[in-house]
Amino acid sequence: MSSAPTANLFRLPGGLRLPGHKRVSATGELGGVPLPKTLTVSLRQHAGTAAQPIVAPGNRVLHGQRIANAEGGFSAHLHAPSSGVVRAIEQRPVPGRASLSVPCIIIDTDGDDQRIDDSNAIPNPFGLGSRELLDAIGAAGIVGLGGAAFPTLAKLNQASEAGIDTLILNGVECEPFISCDDALMRNRAGEILYGARILMHALGLRQCFVGIESDKPEAWKAFNEAAAVDNNDRLMLVQIPTVYPSGGEDQLVYLLTGREVPSGGFPSDIGALVHNVGTAASVATLALSGMPLTSRIVTVTGDGVAKPGNFEVRFGTPISDLIAAAGGYTERARHLIMGGPMTGIPIEDDAMPVVQKCNCVLVTSRDITENASTEPERPCIRCGECARICPVRLQPQQMHRAFTIGDRDDLPKLGLRDCIECGCCDLVCPSHIPLTQTFRDAKAHQQLQNYERERASRARERYETRQQRDQHRETTEAERLADLKQKASRDAISEILARKKQKEPEQ
Amino acid sequence: MSALTAAAVLGGIAAVSGISLTLAARALPRDEESLTEQIDALLPQTQCAQCGYPGCRPYAEAIANNKVGINRCPPGGSATIEALARLLNRPVIPLEAGMETPPDALAVIDESRCIGCARCLPACPVDAIIGAHQLMHTVVSDLCTGCELCIEPCPVDCIEMVPTGGNA
Amino acid sequence: MKLARTATPFLKPATGVGAMMSEVCLALIPAAILYFLFFGFGILFNTAVCVLACAAFEALALMLRKQPVTVVLSDYSVCLTGVLIAFALPTYLPIYVTLTACAAAVLLGKHVYGGIGYNPFNPAMVGYVVALVSFPVAMSAWLPPGLGDLDYTMPTISERLAYIFTGNWPAPLTAEAITRATPLDMVRTGLRASQTFGEIGNSPMFGTFGGYGWEWVGNGILAGGAWLLYRGIIRWHIPVAVLVGMLAPATLDTLASSGTTPGPAFHLFSGATLLGAFFIATDPVSAATSPRGRLIFGFGIGFTAWAIRTWGGYPDGIAFAVLLWNAAVPLLDKYTAPRIMGHER
Repeated sequence: MSSAPTANLFRLPGGLRLPGHKRVSATGELGGVPLPKTLTVSLRQHAGTAAQPIVAPGNRVLHGQRIANAEGGFSAHLHAPSSGVVRAIEQRPVPGRASLSVPCIIIDTDGDDQRIDDSNAIPNPFGLGSRELLDAIGAAGIVGLGGAAFPTLAKLNQASEAGIDTLILNGVECEPFISCDDALMRNRAGEILYGARILMHALGLRQCFVGIESDKPEAWKAFNEAAAVDNNDRLMLVQIPTVYPSGGEDQLVYLLTGREVPSGGFPSDIGALVHNVGTAASVATLALSGMPLTSRIVTVTGDGVAKPGNFEVRFGTPISDLIAAAGGYTERARHLIMGGPMTGIPIEDDAMPVVQKCNCVLVTSRDITENASTEPERPCIRCGECARICPVRLQPQQMHRAFTIGDRDDLPKLGLRDCIECGCCDLVCPSHIPLTQTFRDAKAHQQLQNYERERASRARERYETRQQRDQHRETTEAERLADLKQKASRDAISEILARKKQKEPEQ
Repeated sequence: MSALTAAAVLGGIAAVSGISLTLAARALPRDEESLTEQIDALLPQTQCAQCGYPGCRPYAEAIANNKVGINRCPPGGSATIEALARLLNRPVIPLEAGMETPPDALAVIDESRCIGCARCLPACPVDAIIGAHQLMHTVVSDLCTGCELCIEPCPVDCIEMVPTGGNA
Repeated sequence: MKLARTATPFLKPATGVGAMMSEVCLALIPAAILYFLFFGFGILFNTAVCVLACAAFEALALMLRKQPVTVVLSDYSVCLTGVLIAFALPTYLPIYVTLTACAAAVLLGKHVYGGIGYNPFNPAMVGYVVALVSFPVAMSAWLPPGLGDLDYTMPTISERLAYIFTGNWPAPLTAEAITRATPLDMVRTGLRASQTFGEIGNSPMFGTFGGYGWEWVGNGILAGGAWLLYRGIIRWHIPVAVLVGMLAPATLDTLASSGTTPGPAFHLFSGATLLGAFFIATDPVSAATSPRGRLIFGFGIGFTAWAIRTWGGYPDGIAFAVLLWNAAVPLLDKYTAPRIMGHER
């Protein structure tokens, strides 16, 4: 067991030191939320295909019982977060950028919270082979608990195919206000390290970094104690400087290894695999108790709630129940954000359910920045501060110009798809231009345009093939007719008759 | 005197360059093939024939040969006209009078009413309808361009255009 | 409960264009005080006239362009333009020249391109250059500093005001008798007349490093520039590159000609070097934006200005150098873009 000194880290370009606001929620015990009357489990928890329900209205389900199957390689199974009866499978609004309704399984809980048995537990994970462990992790519907709910099995498969050498556990949690990973690390450091060892065994890895941000001294201490017990010299605890967005997947890989994830690629392309500490904890839970992923820790914070804190929450719990557990709204409550203040998703209705990627519920008044400038939005003055702090070395000022003057074909060249939407550029822009939102819009526009182009080129191809076929048919028809005509001529007929006569004597 | 000399020299240079450029433009062959392709790339590939040509490619050829205006593509609408105007360095003009950009839509066959006459099959410019005589047909929605050419041949009016929500 | 919906990031910037621009103006206060002490009320008068005139021209342009006047004026960029023009112009100048410079800066340098953010050239320098080529005599007539033991008494305040408002010195004063060449002018004509820099520098017009009085104004500007750097309003690349671009060839030249040409210290503290390096070339709108682009941009300005001073037709070249390199900015931006993470070079 050793901890690499901070000086060995690679330097991330850009980034910001943001006021943490973590103390608000990071102190105190892990809270619970009373079992809600109804749970609304979204079938579309992440990008990729929606899960397919395998229960019907009226069916009784147990806590931990499979209720929907993954569909395709980029999807995860879903399990009932408590026991009860399936009331319906219907469209419900869920938190998301597009505020769409998606199919959800609605379960009326019975209050017993009767669990499945522990036959899925893995008493000796280190005696199992790689495939068996990966399958078990997939069967438990484990997804990344960082913020995208990326199906863990898909990530592991990708990594084992690409061949990787380093596992990185992400305990950086760099976004202000959020402290759910901090709470997890303080309370379950041992389990996280156990989960990390299982993941390392499953992929045959010799090296694992655990990145913990320097503003989490208690988590750091808990990990050092747990690591001393664990006594595993292939685990390296690394303190990461508190600079936003060090916790971005690609950013953390660069910080720890100096390797850059290629544009449009994954960390597995450069031999690394990053999992949130919560994912490792889920793996440990599965191994120890056989329980699949049915809940997570959520930070409820901001000046809009009375008693901020961290809560263990079942998926599908209405956000309003969570707010109630945190002492209810204060009179300053005006905005509700799923996630943090930099990358979170605004939510307008607190009846929506907690989804897998919900790491934080932030309720705030209008102003959470001290000394925020009140000037209006103005034209870009090209000060270049956005480029100075961009953690991927983009030039937001040039991208914004290309977007506003309608030269959108230039945007891909300027690296639009490399934008991680961290929001840093907005924060330093003296012209108060909503750059991040502009780039989100531009990305969506680009996607639509690519889709349309693809459709158009397919239509062109099919049209041209059809033209060729028609032409071919016409020419062959003409040839056939000409041929017939020739055959029908007198000479041809007499020739055939002559041939026939020649053949007859032989018979 | 010197002013006259200057004017004569400049005028001479202008005249010589003008004449040689004009001659060069006439003598060198125009790159029609690639121009047609560039124009075709900007057309929406609906193959709807509303422009009066049997498809997007023939319309592109006609534009390249200066036989027709750039404003006769209703599905492309003003966006296509702007793109063509930029490519060809022509002014942006409104869509031809009487033409109207329809909302994005896909053809859908009401399968319960389809009698399996197969008349819509040859009408589809991109072979997006599957079916055979006496058998129910269906439109492959991924391939349909929304050109509406299958509506007219259907004897029982069982094909409908269903808007996709775009361009409305 | 229904809540308001806003796009993240929810944290907001602490600074604004108006705050930045006004702070740049305020950073020139030390220089303005020193300027006033050595050269009299001219700088204060010019600053007031230029700021008011520029604001008036901007208001006019905004009304013609149907833009919100108060919102745009509150970005204070036009005040900065006015202040910079005031620092660039001769201390005492017929008012119509001053007004011409302001009109050219705001209308020709800024609003014909679409206002703040869209002007390819530094507006203050556009105004200065228009005045310089339109009124060469008035623009090269400087009153020498009024403090110290110069062989010279300054005209009275009323005489100076008369010159400002009428364009002529009241009798019996004449322009030839009152105005002096600037130190840069003297060096220029002196060197052309085969004097060495040592001989030229013996004139009481010269102080320790550069022109008497001017060198102190330069120190004031340096202090303001340091403040802007400390506050992060400007970044180091452009000022450093301008100074390197000017001082490196000046040093080499001095070494090669063994002291007959003005050395780096003189170049540094004369003319518009420091103002140009810290306040003019750093105008974000018309400067390059990438770090490497800024280094090239700054070096180019410094070198070009030195070349104009040494071989060109004008005693100082900062304004022309800035405008020339402004024109090169789109090219610099295109070819000095940083390598995006995860991309091959």
